[in-house]
Amino acid sequence: MRSSVIVFPGSNCDRDIAVALEKMQFKNQMVWHKETKLPKTDLIVIPGGFSYGDYLRSGAIAGKSLIIDEVIKAAAAGCLVLGICNGFQILTETGLLKGTLLRNKNLKFINKDVNLIVRNNKTKFTSKYKLNQILRINIAHNEGNYFTNPQHLEKLKKENLIAFKYCDEKGDINKDSNPNGAMENIAGIFNDKKNILGMMPHPERMIDNTISNSDGVNLFSSLIS
Amino acid sequence: MKFSVTVTLKKDVLDPQGKVVHNTLTNLGIDNLKSIRQGKFFEIEVNETDQNKAEDKVKEMCEKLLVNLIIEDFQINKLQ
Repeated sequence: MRSSVIVFPGSNCDRDIAVALEKMQFKNQMVWHKETKLPKTDLIVIPGGFSYGDYLRSGAIAGKSLIIDEVIKAAAAGCLVLGICNGFQILTETGLLKGTLLRNKNLKFINKDVNLIVRNNKTKFTSKYKLNQILRINIAHNEGNYFTNPQHLEKLKKENLIAFKYCDEKGDINKDSNPNGAMENIAGIFNDKKNILGMMPHPERMIDNTISNSDGVNLFSSLIS
Repeated sequence: MKFSVTVTLKKDVLDPQGKVVHNTLTNLGIDNLKSIRQGKFFEIEVNETDQNKAEDKVKEMCEKLLVNLIIEDFQINKLQ
């Protein structure tokens, strides 16, 4: 399976995701944002970081870059797209995912491991997880407070487009287990066709028990299977 | 032709920064403070002599990049 990681000035998780993809046997290529053509690819990853220094709004400038037109075309043709952290912010700025990510409710940059619950395991991104499986995955963001309009929120729930929610260690989804104020504890969502996943937590940081844990592995093994 | 653009969060969107500024001003002893919403301000100069056309251009800029229409409102004012 071929993957492409899009690199913007200010991306800083691009190497981490490349290591994770290669470890999981993806044939990966790095793609600079000024490219106007994507290599043949089955998965596009928009990595985390601070593209363009978060100028204007997180993801706003990267969301208008040259390569993004190609990402939009590829996504429309069914290519899988994964946006992590700043990548999620960029995907909302392009319109590929609806809603937006506001400043964290407590106005603090949060870098810690949190509990997530898998809310839909019938997708290409999550099939190797169990439904309602609890994962421990790192978050590191300043704008992760997911916000959308009530109609879209209803649709997310009805059509099972919520991938992950923040929860406590028992799997309870409540205010105390919501790190950033996101609506309904949402940590990651799919588009209608479920070929695009945007998530604030960093699965690429959880692929090795020596440095963290391996709760992120199954996201990549779902994709490659 | 010069314009200013003010971008503010929509009324129903929580503005934690504005809230903190509000609290801090209250702590500084400023009373009668009713509400504060924090926003962004742009000064834009357009190479155009027709005011309508220039305003349309600024509006386009807002909709294409400067404003996230999901959560923000904007107001354009002519300067000078």
